[in-house]
Amino acid sequence: MSYLSLTHADREEMLAAIGVSSIDELFRDIPKGVRYGRELDIAPALTEPELQRHMEELAGKNIVDEVCFLGAGIYDHYVPAVVDAVLQRGELLTAYTPYQPEMSQGVLQAIFEYQTAICELTGMDVSNASGYDGTTVAADACFVAKHATGRTKIVVTEATNPQVRQVIKTYAPGFGLEVVEVPHEGGVTDPDRVREAAVDAAAVIFQQPNFFGNLENAPELAAAANEAGAMPIAHVDPVSLGVLEAPGEYGCAMAIGEGQSAGNSMSYGGPHYGFLAARNDYIRRLPGRIVGETVDAAGERGYVLTLQTREQHIRREKATSNITTNQTLLALAGLVHLSLLGPQGLKELGETCMALRSYAQTELAKAGLEAVFPDKATFKEFAVRTGRPARDALAAARAKGIYAGYPLGRDYAGLDDALLIAVTEKRTTEEIDRLAEALALERQP
Amino acid sequence: MASSESYPDDLKYHPEHDWARIDGDEAVLGVTWYAQDALGELVHYEAPDVGSTVSKDSSYGEVESVKAVSDLISPLSGEVLEVNAKVVDAPETVNDDPYGDGWLIRIRMSSPDELEQLLDVAAYKKVLDEA
Amino acid sequence: MKLIYEKSQAGRRGIGVPKPDLPVPEVPQELARKSPPRLPELAEPEVLRHFTKLSTRNFGIDTGFYPLGSCTMKYNPRVNERIVGLPGFANLHPLVEDDAAQGALELEWHLQEILREVTGLDAVSLQPAAGSQGELTGLMLFRAYFKDKGEDAQRRKIVIPDTAHGTNPASVTMAGYELTPVKTDARGNIDVEDLRDKVDEHTAGLMLTNPSTLGLFDENIEEIRDIFHGVGALMYYDGANLNAVCGISRPGDMGFDVVHINLHKTFSQPHGGGGPGGGPIAVRESLEPFLPVPVVVKDGAGFRLEYDRPKTIGKVRAFSGPFGVFVRSYAFIRSYGPGLKEMSEVAVLNANYILARLKEAYDLPFDRLCMHEFVLSARSLKKEHGVSALDVAKRLMDYGFHPPTIYFPLIVPEALMIEPTESEAKETLDEFVDAMLAIAREGAESPELLHDAPHDRPVRRLDEVRAAKNPIVRFRFEQHPVEQLPVEQSAGARQLEAQKGA
Repeated sequence: MSYLSLTHADREEMLAAIGVSSIDELFRDIPKGVRYGRELDIAPALTEPELQRHMEELAGKNIVDEVCFLGAGIYDHYVPAVVDAVLQRGELLTAYTPYQPEMSQGVLQAIFEYQTAICELTGMDVSNASGYDGTTVAADACFVAKHATGRTKIVVTEATNPQVRQVIKTYAPGFGLEVVEVPHEGGVTDPDRVREAAVDAAAVIFQQPNFFGNLENAPELAAAANEAGAMPIAHVDPVSLGVLEAPGEYGCAMAIGEGQSAGNSMSYGGPHYGFLAARNDYIRRLPGRIVGETVDAAGERGYVLTLQTREQHIRREKATSNITTNQTLLALAGLVHLSLLGPQGLKELGETCMALRSYAQTELAKAGLEAVFPDKATFKEFAVRTGRPARDALAAARAKGIYAGYPLGRDYAGLDDALLIAVTEKRTTEEIDRLAEALALERQP
Repeated sequence: MASSESYPDDLKYHPEHDWARIDGDEAVLGVTWYAQDALGELVHYEAPDVGSTVSKDSSYGEVESVKAVSDLISPLSGEVLEVNAKVVDAPETVNDDPYGDGWLIRIRMSSPDELEQLLDVAAYKKVLDEA
Repeated sequence: MKLIYEKSQAGRRGIGVPKPDLPVPEVPQELARKSPPRLPELAEPEVLRHFTKLSTRNFGIDTGFYPLGSCTMKYNPRVNERIVGLPGFANLHPLVEDDAAQGALELEWHLQEILREVTGLDAVSLQPAAGSQGELTGLMLFRAYFKDKGEDAQRRKIVIPDTAHGTNPASVTMAGYELTPVKTDARGNIDVEDLRDKVDEHTAGLMLTNPSTLGLFDENIEEIRDIFHGVGALMYYDGANLNAVCGISRPGDMGFDVVHINLHKTFSQPHGGGGPGGGPIAVRESLEPFLPVPVVVKDGAGFRLEYDRPKTIGKVRAFSGPFGVFVRSYAFIRSYGPGLKEMSEVAVLNANYILARLKEAYDLPFDRLCMHEFVLSARSLKKEHGVSALDVAKRLMDYGFHPPTIYFPLIVPEALMIEPTESEAKETLDEFVDAMLAIAREGAESPELLHDAPHDRPVRRLDEVRAAKNPIVRFRFEQHPVEQLPVEQSAGARQLEAQKGA
């Protein structure tokens, strides 16, 4: 095995130093009754060339050459080459959590810079070093809200990503939380309904832009939550925050989201990173790693993991979370991408998505497809009625090399004919024309 | 910082390394030199609210160093009259002066008969010897 | 070194964005961004240099030996990085119809089969994103199982030994259970007498790391199994230390009902400075109906994601899990094949070799053969020379090694937890041992040298008290506190200057 260094002579010498006669003897503390007597039933070892070929064969069975209009939480944004170059630096790639700061200033400073970027995007005071993904940070936020408010009800809007809602509901019984959903009306959430639901609630979680791609009246939703003493928590798309207002500017207590749009390839759903940021009031309740600035013995600036007493390795059963391994590498990818874009690039990225999305809406309308939620402002995603079961429309488009979108009927009643269509900066007007042509309906007489 | 080890004679002690100074029906509570030494320099004091009640042998708050958290165990039951704001602002005051400026809360005792169950300095030192 | 924000100059750009010849729609005024986020403004070369410079201030497995106990810092094969970037993997959207993801599903299914074989259990969910999430998912399965049997209200307690990782008790709380701690006996096993007193019909189960965080295999595991299964309780295996026993002993055969596997430890996902990881769980047949959705199933010649599971606990993460992690771990396993057993054997051999060479120089709390890791104590050094485990760790950096895990497990004072993994050459192990022996001598002869260590890292010892007292957790631009250097410089700092001058 080429990943192992010990020679036969090494092994003999080491066994002698230990004072045992065989490798088998090293395992003498394992009772006979629980020893595994057979060879593992795993296919024989592959050499590197064989492995490369086998993996290329598997990768080749996936279809990735259809033009992607699929979003629904994960998006086909461009990942800059510099991101790959940085992530392949072995000193960063193959390090673990920076428990020993003198060995880890690179990762620590990168996390500090990431925390700063997330705070700038969201308008918050403090960000953790990352959560697993955009769903689990929502569950984390519920835990923060429960302990911060002493309340046990969580309000989440129905126009929030269904997987986010599912994960919250899976965690809720263990947290001792009740989850209440506020239905959407015409693709957006009515602040009055939120105001009613928020009474005695720990938090109100909503998504901006919401799952349908529509822009919520987010300031009103946040205000409705604040009036009831519930924490408003916005679930946001990082690449929208060059053009859309930061949650901190409209009164949110926390901002969370899926980071994939910034810096990560789609990779069949992961690994990606969830971000979680909050107002300073909640800093001691946040889950996960946080990096802080300090000085070393010579007075030089440096960085350390801080406020660690929140965490499981110290506070154990009273910890703010059980999280240990997080998503630092993917968060670093996000930081690199955002650093390449800068404020102007991020704004332009948002504007390009909106321009192409608007073009797609127009072209699809011309092709006879009705908007599901007419007159609603959107960012990079929108819903259309395909005039047939959405799966049929999808199949028709796929036959022409277009992956047209996400069938909303999977999660919402009454939308079996609807597709959710995402348009990123990677799409072109020509591709959108092909989409419109592939989905086009017979003109109504 | 770094006060030197001492256990004043005029205090009542709880085996969880907390002390009480009695003044009529009121008591001032804090942690002992041993407790602050074991924790190291304190960086945070999570204090109870004024007006809340504390009960004997239960936690009324927490103190933290960089690498450890400790519950504050109340030696007595009562109502919180005052929280030491100086320690909230500068938790290391406890390390500097655990029995003076580093006091934590002042309470009005609700069950003064609990005093009988507390340790005098000799008994507390015995607890320390056994630790 | 400067933060990237301090290198920023207004007007610079690192990457362009396509600008189609189309009008840009307006965002409604009340929802539009008023002031832009202060992201860095640099051209591409400066961005790359910034992060390259950061990397030179960091230490990874690629840099050198990283015996961080309980984290299994093994070699991360480079071919896996190339493979995960194949367009067929990297550009696959997670919500495509199953026919477009047959390669991904086949890989996930094979990985599930392999994990069943390695753990000796019946069914697998790949979904949990890390070990601690695997733990929580496992406990949710416990609750679902007992709820189904009408026993959830009765069984509230989870038993955990005092050697456990902090994640175990934290997961217990998050799952809504209560913690019952149990002691460790003089040989480093669970104290079976203590256990008997604590396990009854109110017990939902046990969480155990085996080998334990002491690096010791619990010799009474069969008796422990009988105690729990005897009262109808379940057993959870924390797979943090699976690297010791692949092909040698299987958790399912030990009696465990749910196991999580840390793909980033045993199966070599690069740790990435803190993550990502992967925490699939394997379960006994009786718990399969409750697994998170979707589950990957084989259907004739093809594969599909199955959502229709009426008794499922739901979802703990989006999609089927962190797929890129699966790609790397699957590739790693396929390069070993059944030779995974040799991987574990060598990991255990390496650990015992270091242990044998160090046990005279440091305290050894439990004098047994170890598994893939072991715990020493610097207790005598501390008592006799005022040199702590922290000092030893910091001094190791001067010798070019990453320190071991320190002050864990909590039951060992001044703990040094050393895990070499299978990846190391004997020469490396010898160099590490020589350094540890030298440090023990230095500790006795010139403790100041250790107190002031490290001496040649990019920074000296950092003031963690200052960081915690007044947390500065983001750059504040114009308002950022200007550094007030401490007036009194430590002896260590003066020594550093002397060295620079020499």
